[in-house]
Amino acid sequence: MATTPYRVIGTRPVRHDGADKVTGKAVYTADFKLPGLQAGFILRSPHPHAKILSIDTSAAEATAGVSAVVTGADFPNVKNKIAHLGEGSVNLAHLSANCMAKDKVLYKGHAVAAVSATNAHIAEEAAAKIIVEYEMLPSVTDIIEAMATDAPLLHADLFTDDLGLKADTASNVAVHLHFEKGDVATGFEQADVVVEAEFKTATVHQGYIEPHAIVADYNEDGRVRLWTSTQGSFTCRQQTAEILQIGVGDVLVTPCEIGGGFGGKIAVYLEPTAAILSKKSGRPVSIRMPRTDVFEATGPTPASFMRVKVGAKNDGTLLAGEAWIAYDAGAFPSGVIGPGCMCVFSCYDIEHAVVDGYDVCVNKPHTKAYRAPGATQVAFAMEQLMDELAEQLNICPLEIRMKNAVKEGSRRVDGPVYPQIGFVECLEALRDSDHWNSPLEGDNRGRGIAGGFWFGCGLKSSAACSVNADGTINLLEGSTDIGGSRASLAMQLAETLGIESSDINPMVGDTDSVGYTDVTGGSRVTFATGLAAYEAGRDLQSQMKVRAAELWECETSEVSIGDDGTFSGNGKTAGFKDLASQLFSGGAALVGRATVAPECPTNGFGAHIVDVEVDPDTGKVTILRYTVIQDAGKAIHPSYVEGQLQGGAVQGIGWALNEEYFFNDDDQMTNASFLDYRMPTMLDVPMIDTIIVETGNADHPYGVRGVGEPPIIPPPPAIGNAIYNATQTRMRELPMSPPKVWLAMQSSD
Amino acid sequence: MKDFQYAAPTTIQDATSLLTEHGSGARILAGGTDIIVQLREGLREADIVVDIKKIPELSDCQYSDVSGLYLGAAVACCDIYENADLAGRYGALADSTHIIGGWQIQSRASVGGNLCNASPAADTIPALIALNAEAQVTGPAGQRTIAVAAFCKGPGKNALVDGEFVVAIKIPPQSANMGSAYQRFIPRNEMDIAVVGVGSWIELDTVGNIANARLSLGAVAATPLFAEEASQFLVGKEPNDDNFALAAELAKQIVTPITDMRGTAQYRTHLVGVLVKRTLTTALARAQA
Repeated sequence: MATTPYRVIGTRPVRHDGADKVTGKAVYTADFKLPGLQAGFILRSPHPHAKILSIDTSAAEATAGVSAVVTGADFPNVKNKIAHLGEGSVNLAHLSANCMAKDKVLYKGHAVAAVSATNAHIAEEAAAKIIVEYEMLPSVTDIIEAMATDAPLLHADLFTDDLGLKADTASNVAVHLHFEKGDVATGFEQADVVVEAEFKTATVHQGYIEPHAIVADYNEDGRVRLWTSTQGSFTCRQQTAEILQIGVGDVLVTPCEIGGGFGGKIAVYLEPTAAILSKKSGRPVSIRMPRTDVFEATGPTPASFMRVKVGAKNDGTLLAGEAWIAYDAGAFPSGVIGPGCMCVFSCYDIEHAVVDGYDVCVNKPHTKAYRAPGATQVAFAMEQLMDELAEQLNICPLEIRMKNAVKEGSRRVDGPVYPQIGFVECLEALRDSDHWNSPLEGDNRGRGIAGGFWFGCGLKSSAACSVNADGTINLLEGSTDIGGSRASLAMQLAETLGIESSDINPMVGDTDSVGYTDVTGGSRVTFATGLAAYEAGRDLQSQMKVRAAELWECETSEVSIGDDGTFSGNGKTAGFKDLASQLFSGGAALVGRATVAPECPTNGFGAHIVDVEVDPDTGKVTILRYTVIQDAGKAIHPSYVEGQLQGGAVQGIGWALNEEYFFNDDDQMTNASFLDYRMPTMLDVPMIDTIIVETGNADHPYGVRGVGEPPIIPPPPAIGNAIYNATQTRMRELPMSPPKVWLAMQSSD
Repeated sequence: MKDFQYAAPTTIQDATSLLTEHGSGARILAGGTDIIVQLREGLREADIVVDIKKIPELSDCQYSDVSGLYLGAAVACCDIYENADLAGRYGALADSTHIIGGWQIQSRASVGGNLCNASPAADTIPALIALNAEAQVTGPAGQRTIAVAAFCKGPGKNALVDGEFVVAIKIPPQSANMGSAYQRFIPRNEMDIAVVGVGSWIELDTVGNIANARLSLGAVAATPLFAEEASQFLVGKEPNDDNFALAAELAKQIVTPITDMRGTAQYRTHLVGVLVKRTLTTALARAQA
């Protein structure tokens, strides 16, 4: 273990929110109550595609105990305007229509009306009395079928944005993207070996344990107060204000504790509806989504159809790559296809490459981000093709990856040239790991590896630190804490100031009390909000230098700050806490603040190893051993980095093995429960081993890279490679569930 | 969810009157692990829920070598698999009660309730059919006995008429030359519902051949099935892999599975063969032990 220059960073202090979480005192949205609180219920479409001819709410309104009924007619008309939500953007008319259907329902579960009442049972009973007259329309859920010219059309006003040009006729294809580098035709001509295959992946959900919930209070003065479970209180505020057509300053969002998001709690679903119910009823309204609605009506991540081709020289050097990728957008244009296109070849240096991507509307819920959105699908294709190339060339799967791994100076197909990155270091750590060096023995067993990349973004973050009389700090920041970020931010501030993590009380502020902060997403919080905490600490130190100079009767320039945060000047020294308490009694209070907007990606890479056993009679895959290797730049709190790596791997294992949306012949989802939407349980995964690689990051004072997203990417292809190694059967479709693996084994016999 | 009344009678007579009075508006609660969820999700409705587990006869659990097992309808799953004597005699029942839900569910859920819920994928029903169990039923017209193999009438439908309820399940006595097993296939390792479930019971004769056998199949038809022809085939045969494989093929011929999110009809049929062989192998080992 190398010696570290840090006192706090790299240690594992108890998290500040830990006691509240383990004792059940932490306040989640569903725990939050106001006097006179009404319960809301949302009526949803049973049909995947239909015109709404009429909605009769009279019987519901006449039900005793009902305080308000809302339909699409109560929602302001919102123009087709693009709102940027930090990581990703959204068309506000689509966002509004997704919260409450106006003239058409586009998927089973699409909201058509809402009721508030004195309790949830009355609201549900009253909602059942709402009569909606539908005219059924033909529906489509398959991506390729939806791309056909004669496919049922979801939006009459959707014209494909084809490389910036609008098509003449309406289509379900929202966008066609194209990226190119080098000369692909020449690349394939020069290749000694070429592999090509089609791959499919199913729609999967983030599966956060806390369903969406909201408490809304529309005040008489026109201000709306919202308590909600969100990944971004400011983007929640913005979306709600735009949909309600009121000013952002008229909305106050208080983020409650959040039970998981993974990209699925950025868009609003309940907030505008609850606010309108509250406005109509004159009372605060809460809505809690049942799990069925979470599956059917919030954003899962796209299913995909991909055709990928890769060519290499006999020595394993990659020469050319070609990818044709179509992602299911769900009911409205999505945006996940973009990163999918950028990530397909992002781990390897390929001289000639071309990528075409399509965002395709289908009668399924509107797809959204899910942990490294779009990267897992393409990795399933590319990382298996890497193994196929390796096999044809008789090269070790690790060696072909090492040979072609991107490094500083490699250019991605979408343009950017990588700065210093750590993929090679991850592969070296894999090569040196105990797992890789332990032989795998036994029948029907196989080992697989795969790599993965996610950008990691910067965006805007704000923080303020107020000094208490005893020199402790209240840190106010704007990033809702999903993965232990209060601890990692407090640790960075503590390191900066020379105090302990326990000297800091970190708090996630509401939108009235803290500076603008983008979503908790893009693996950005420990990096960007950490930078804000660091800068706020530096701001505080500069103020304290001025005040210390006054106290010690010297020039500000004579006051210096040591590496341990000790102030010295004019022959006097004082530690941070000592000086802070001296200054507190002699003048104005001290508040450091910072707001930052780093533009650089943090470039997270990882590599995974998995051992599986496949039951030859049933096709069931058992994960025997799993190791995640990832470059964290610098791990602030290693336990939470390990937690991210393990959690991401488990979600990837679920995506690989059993998770999928099933639709019946009527295009209705049939498995909207945790019984039949099979996420892994603790009995389905072994302890996930982790190896943290730390290559640093020049764009952050402590070298942090984003770590949350990369670990979900490699599991499906790593497991696919392991299944092939065990059975000589190549799986080209997710999930690799027992019926599919068994069937594939039959046909490859 | 609609409001309902709740009653907890302490005698069979009181329960019968309540159930008779309310007819189809009454729902029976023993462990409650199915009915509470069904009421909340609107899958069933009730004017009154009659809790029968306070009736002493329904919590009785007795074994004798003469009459076999008397299993009160409200006895919880954990009371079976935690009872070493019972678990040893009725391997299939211990296997099935051990895999229903987690331990919280197992300490509430009853075998009687699992039977009455009449799910085609119920775990205990194939075990009970393999063990040749019968349900002792009481009602306004008095007592009657229904073989478990004939108890289910369709998904969620059973042979009870309004006012009737199951008091106990009776299973023939077991001797050392008998063995049984239940296995299900699930995609995960827990928290799941049978894609296919198979129960096997065999009795060996003095030379070690099969004297009697009963095979039962779950989740491959509208009700759990007794695989009569496959069972008969085994009688008088040597208990070996070849004969087990032939019985498995015969069992596959009677199934009419559906294709749904839990598996295709083709896959389910295949699994019947796999599980018949696996459960027979376990049942044989238990009969030989």
